[in-house]
Amino acid sequence: MPGLSVTIRGLVKRYGEQAVVRGLDLDIPAGECFGLLGPNGAGKTTTLKMLLGLVQPTAGSIAINGWQVPVQARQARMRIGIMPQMDNLDPDFTVAENLLVYGRYFGIDRAILNERIPALLELAGLTGKADSRIGELSGGMKRRLTLARALVNDPDLIVLDEPTTGLDPQARHVIWQSLRRLNQQGKTVLLTTHFMDEAERLCDRLVIMDHGLSIAEGRPRDLISRLIEPQVVEVYGDQLAAWLEQLPDGVCERHELADETLYCYGHDHGALLALLQRTPALRHVQRPSSLEDVFLKLTGRELRD
Amino acid sequence: MNGNFALPRFSWRFWPIWQRHFLVWKKYAGTSILGNLADPMFYMLGFGYGLGSLMPHIGGVSYLTFLSAGTLCYSTMNSATFEVLYSGFSRMHVQKTWDAILNAPVMLDDILLAELVWGASKSLLSGLAILVVIWLLGLQQSWALSLWTIPLTLLIGLTFSAMGLVMTSVSPNYEFFIYYFTLVITPMVLLCGVFYPVDRMPALLQILATGLPLTHAIDMVRPLIQGRIPAYVGVHVGVMLAWTAGSYWLAVGLTRRRLLS
Repeated sequence: MPGLSVTIRGLVKRYGEQAVVRGLDLDIPAGECFGLLGPNGAGKTTTLKMLLGLVQPTAGSIAINGWQVPVQARQARMRIGIMPQMDNLDPDFTVAENLLVYGRYFGIDRAILNERIPALLELAGLTGKADSRIGELSGGMKRRLTLARALVNDPDLIVLDEPTTGLDPQARHVIWQSLRRLNQQGKTVLLTTHFMDEAERLCDRLVIMDHGLSIAEGRPRDLISRLIEPQVVEVYGDQLAAWLEQLPDGVCERHELADETLYCYGHDHGALLALLQRTPALRHVQRPSSLEDVFLKLTGRELRD
Repeated sequence: MNGNFALPRFSWRFWPIWQRHFLVWKKYAGTSILGNLADPMFYMLGFGYGLGSLMPHIGGVSYLTFLSAGTLCYSTMNSATFEVLYSGFSRMHVQKTWDAILNAPVMLDDILLAELVWGASKSLLSGLAILVVIWLLGLQQSWALSLWTIPLTLLIGLTFSAMGLVMTSVSPNYEFFIYYFTLVITPMVLLCGVFYPVDRMPALLQILATGLPLTHAIDMVRPLIQGRIPAYVGVHVGVMLAWTAGSYWLAVGLTRRRLLS
């Protein structure tokens, strides 16, 4: 049974008067890599916790391959691997002991675990570190070990909450590589992330959440072509404000101004670029629009925390 | 909220979690055993010989013998209490061990059952340590009867683990536990007959002591050390089981409310 499907209908979570999730529908077919995106407080982590049966939903239904959550959450979790946002490895144990102890929670035989652990260490790039203490590991190593721990039951659905937050680019690439390989084996991957390049790279499909609702859903490429102009010119420099005052209409289809940078979205930027050639005080970059542009257009540029 | 206080569920899934605690303990076993043994032993020997030399026999035995039964009980109580309060809180809140375990196919009830039984296991160890000292000093009047204190240490451990877990379930930080020690544990040690017989106290305090679980533990352990079969065993065990069941039910409900809603 490689790959589990996930179906969520009308999911609601309220804490008193405050609604954190307000009627979410999601369909993740088996074998897909699916991203859950949204600013802080959008309801991503609460959604994941409800999906895993760790938080009681106020309303709505969740099914993982036909198992009803939370009632059958335990059966479902036998087949799920979870990589939490915060590392919660056991600091009293060595690397190998962490995997062994965790595997026992699934009721896995010690003999099977002893076979599996070297392979997991290799996957995490921790071969030779089996007897190291957790305190001796770098942040990236801990993250990789947390991923290896999530795989100890050979899961068919892997749920990752911000898997690469706080990692350096090298470590991020290692995690991405592992996730791609697992996805190629047919396992369903569900991840939340703040990194749009990560989502664009890894996810077959994704949903952008805000204020507890899905506000956009689809393939990353489709979302970009559907929801935003294809090209963007970023303009910045000291005289930006003055230059903007006397900018003729129609040169920029749509613009956003943030952090003293002008983001000019459109299809053809010929006129704008010609103007900018004659304004050496301003610097500019032209690039294709990205998922981040879509995200910021939909959720705004204001801070959320 | 509703449903949180449904009866606790019991399952063998608690066992791998108990094994985890045991594996951690094994790494620091030396220090742990020293702590279990040294502190209560010095109290017992110091007061037993020092204070005991100034005192007549109590109920036909030396003060040291009298005190040894009290020491066994309160040392057992302390072991479970410290374990589920400080270590338990660390596992739940500080180290987030529980969060990690909950991501496996394990329920919160399994984690709490593991805490309950693990606390009692620590008590068993403390009780055994004191019992060995009692044997070495030859304070027991009957080998066979003194062996009966072993299952009792397990019962004392379960009772005080359950009571301690109630505190852990509502605690915001380590400082909070001072309330429990000041308002529950210390009065219990001073009222329940660890250092002197309960019947030497004013009637009102005696009535209060009758309701407390440590009194009933001591009422069973003390005769066993002194070579007598305790009276009213059913009542004593019943009171302790009632404290255990009530506290455990409350602790599970409060913890579910804290972590799952």
